Amino acid sequence: MISAPDGELSDAQLVAGCRKGDPAAWNALVERFSRYVSAIATQAFRLSEHDAEDVFQDVFAKTYERLGSLRSDDAIRPWIGQLTRNCCLDLLRSSSRVVLVEEPEERIADEVIAKLDEAMAVRTSLARLSPECQEVLDRFFSRDESYRTIGAALGIPAGTIASRISRCLGHLRTHLEGRNPAAAPSSE
Amino acid sequence: MSTSNEERLGELLRLLPEAPTGWVTAAQELPVARVELDALVERAEADAAFRASVVADLEVAIRATGVEPSPVVVEHLRKRLSP
Repeated sequence: MISAPDGELSDAQLVAGCRKGDPAAWNALVERFSRYVSAIATQAFRLSEHDAEDVFQDVFAKTYERLGSLRSDDAIRPWIGQLTRNCCLDLLRSSSRVVLVEEPEERIADEVIAKLDEAMAVRTSLARLSPECQEVLDRFFSRDESYRTIGAALGIPAGTIASRISRCLGHLRTHLEGRNPAAAPSSE
Repeated sequence: MSTSNEERLGELLRLLPEAPTGWVTAAQELPVARVELDALVERAEADAAFRASVVADLEVAIRATGVEPSPVVVEHLRKRLSP
């Protein structure tokens, strides 16, 4: 059974747990990739909330059914990415919204997916930071909360939030470069 | 760390907001739903009258098992019960 915090388990460990029927591993896998699948549907293919939800459930249903056919447990992220892309295209084609699945539109979607892949690498490193850093960075960037809201929620002065964010971003960058130099964002 | 790097990291973190809680919960419950649907299909295969009632209204049959009849779940059951 899964006992370590989600961020400490590799993708391959989660997949192995799912194959053994461990419910905690499945829950953690869904949690880990939920943002990625949702973002591909809503940002890369600009699906409505209703359609994005259908794609989201379809992707995880197929993931559950087809985990056994995955060649490499480490390859779960690109596999889910491709599965999500195909589900989005299938939905658009079945709805006759052909204008969105022409080649230039697919290319644009793929460019967005490439950026989301980079964002997933950053989130992987984020999951390995201290809980305090994870919380403050997630609240500020992912949930778009103000310094005041974050300060009130965490019981710390709002005036110290900016410096905490900067310090935690420094930790994140160090971790990202140390773990996977190729995944570090460029400084363009 | 330069400001541009901080900005780039922040931009990437912003790209992945949380998925709606209901979506995540429904996906996490899929294995349980499959167990319930397996039992339903097994009973339908053994009882023609029950099968007819299930096919007549898949959503009601699914809801009766305690599973939310999302489009994905309904389609899954439809395929399994198709002749």
